[in-house]
Amino acid sequence: MIAEFGLAALWLAAALAALQFLAGILALGEKGAGLEAVVRPVAVVQAVLCALAFGSLLLLFARTDLSVLLVAMNSHAAKPMVFKIAGAWGNHEGSMLLWVTVMSLAGGLIALIEKRLPERTMLATLASQAFVGLGFYAFLLFSSNPFERLSPPAQEGMGLNPLLQDIGLAFHPPTLYLGYVGLSVAFSFAVGALLTRNVTPEFARVMRPWVLGAWIFLTVGITAGSYWAYYELGWGGWWFWDPVENASLMPWLAATALLHSASVLASRDALRTWTIMLGVVAFSMSMIGTFLVRSGILTSVHAFAVDPERGGFILALLALYIGAALILFALRAGTVSEGKHFAAVSREGALVINNVALSAILGIVLLGTLYPLLTEAFGVRVSVGPPYFNPVSAIFAAPMLVVLAIGPLLRWRRDRLARIQKPIIAVFLAGLAGAIGVFAIGGVELLPFLGLVLSLAIAVGSVMPLKGRSLRRLPLTVWGMVVAHFGIAVALFGMSADTAFTQQTLIAAAPGDKAVVGPWTVTLNSVDPVAGPNWTALEGKMSASYRGGVEHHIAPQSRTFWAPPQQTSESALLTRWNGQLYAVIGGATEDGRWQLRLWWKPFVTFIWYGGLLVALGGFLALLGRISTDLRRRYATRRVAERKAEGAV
Amino acid sequence: MKALIAIGMVMMAFCAFPLSVFAQDNMPPAPYAYRQLDDPQQERKARELMETLRCLTCQSQSIADSDAPMAGDMRHQVRTRIAAGQEPAQIRQWLMDRYGDYISYTPRVNSVTWPLFAIPAIVLLLAGLAVWRRIGRRQNYKGDE
Repeated sequence: MIAEFGLAALWLAAALAALQFLAGILALGEKGAGLEAVVRPVAVVQAVLCALAFGSLLLLFARTDLSVLLVAMNSHAAKPMVFKIAGAWGNHEGSMLLWVTVMSLAGGLIALIEKRLPERTMLATLASQAFVGLGFYAFLLFSSNPFERLSPPAQEGMGLNPLLQDIGLAFHPPTLYLGYVGLSVAFSFAVGALLTRNVTPEFARVMRPWVLGAWIFLTVGITAGSYWAYYELGWGGWWFWDPVENASLMPWLAATALLHSASVLASRDALRTWTIMLGVVAFSMSMIGTFLVRSGILTSVHAFAVDPERGGFILALLALYIGAALILFALRAGTVSEGKHFAAVSREGALVINNVALSAILGIVLLGTLYPLLTEAFGVRVSVGPPYFNPVSAIFAAPMLVVLAIGPLLRWRRDRLARIQKPIIAVFLAGLAGAIGVFAIGGVELLPFLGLVLSLAIAVGSVMPLKGRSLRRLPLTVWGMVVAHFGIAVALFGMSADTAFTQQTLIAAAPGDKAVVGPWTVTLNSVDPVAGPNWTALEGKMSASYRGGVEHHIAPQSRTFWAPPQQTSESALLTRWNGQLYAVIGGATEDGRWQLRLWWKPFVTFIWYGGLLVALGGFLALLGRISTDLRRRYATRRVAERKAEGAV
Repeated sequence: MKALIAIGMVMMAFCAFPLSVFAQDNMPPAPYAYRQLDDPQQERKARELMETLRCLTCQSQSIADSDAPMAGDMRHQVRTRIAAGQEPAQIRQWLMDRYGDYISYTPRVNSVTWPLFAIPAIVLLLAGLAVWRRIGRRQNYKGDE
């Protein structure tokens, strides 16, 4: 019953999306007069129905209803409840339903609360949102139905991949999806503004909180995903330039650029067409990411060619939406004037460098991700990995980061570097001190060297906008910028320090043996069997002491799951303020000893602290924007009330 | 959608811990798969090389971060050859001769890969041009308000 209810709700939501699209488009013309009243309510009801469909799927998974194919394939009665529920989106169909749900909820929300833009632009925006949604509804209903029944019902479910049975990962996909799909709102606003030729600072102000919100979720999602890869995969790596990782990085890069160009448009009415373009690109990157991950093309181009139904469907949607948006852009961009001019040395000038560099990095990540797929289609396999991505993206990242250190100090429109001489000298000295320090340590390669120097310079530069201002009266948005930029410095420091200074020890140890890694001495005390709800494990009990100090106890495990049967390494981490000890226990050797992998990773945690600071900065800025908006709404209402009183 | 790294991981997990029946998987790992060379200088060389060699049975991992048996065997190969005095470039070439260019993450310019280098160069030019146009506007800028 629940499955049928969910399916019916999904069909109804799809029908309403069609209605929303048609009514919105017709209402833009002369003949559709009267239809405009329908669009907003339909958007809200569509969101409610879609949420009900997703709720049904959650319920099916919570009950482990094995008469539903998707549940039988991806769940198991013996799983802890939280992973049963997380299983609902840990698979293709469920995650696509989540995608559509987030998208329709975002559409419903703008229909409910957004009143600042001209109504025609809103109609076009909601029509665009419905048009994009329609394609994904069709994808779900025709080729990825999550509610398909299984007859007869399965005796037992197949289980969820053990690597995914982790509390962090359970909430990782929804976080990223909120970001991914939140960008659809920016896309629809851009299309709406183009259709109605209404590219104004007001448009940028309306779009900005949505981009900011999506960007916060993307930042948190990428940060959390990186930490998950770090502790779950058992080798201490935190970024692999894997196509699936790149699929989340590309929308983030585009959203970061969009965030900055939208603030130029909102404050200074410049970079109009560029902002529209980025709005289209950002969501296009979300869709390309979906295609990469969902089509199976990453596993093998040939597998994709053999069974192209799903991949082909997404590819068609991709071509349709990106193509249509770019054609619209080409047709209308000429009629949007460029906006106000500015001098090279100005806040806008710095932000242009930020935008150009971020776009270039985006282009390189896209190239490096897609190129191997292209050559594979022609029968040649090439590998594009860290030795390519790191230096090539650094060519653009390094100048951008230099500008990041001083750009926020510049004034809008026109400025002189001489005016901010003192802060520039402070930033330079911080970098110089870093360079001397790292040089004294020695043995650090170019990229981590640059990273360490730049991170110190940015750390100093990022707090400079606070100088000479009353901290209590500083707007939240400025706090947001300072915190986010400081977070970039912190993350960069962590990445560079880990790359430059990590120490590794691999040994085979018997109980009682000691191993040294960096400043740590680690003793393997015993190896014992332990059992969890759906796994058994060998646990290595170890004690570790930092420079001969207090002994800490850690216990990495080598786990064996039985549904589905698989082994994972549960690493054990010991966190100090200045880094982490990372310990893994592997298999037994022939002579009965155990393979241990130990790393001392100085300042590695700064990577994720930095990521969280960046997200916190975004959150402060969002709070600032929302509170300004609320105050404005209140003021407008008061003015209207006074007028009404005056009239009486 | 890095979350979806997860989906990639599904695959990768299968390759990292294959439950299949390849005979070699049931054999204990080669000695230097999970052991370092005694000479830190040599180990560092070996490590730098391993980080740029692809684990052929994994998704997007180097042989330096994989539990796959094949990655272990390759680590053993790299370490023993480094210990025997071979240069990293020699070992890389030897592996590429056996497994193809696919095994090396370090990109080489050839008839297939040149766009990987040409396109960033063009992007660099375009980026420079975009910024230059702004600087060129400096002289013309009189303020438009």
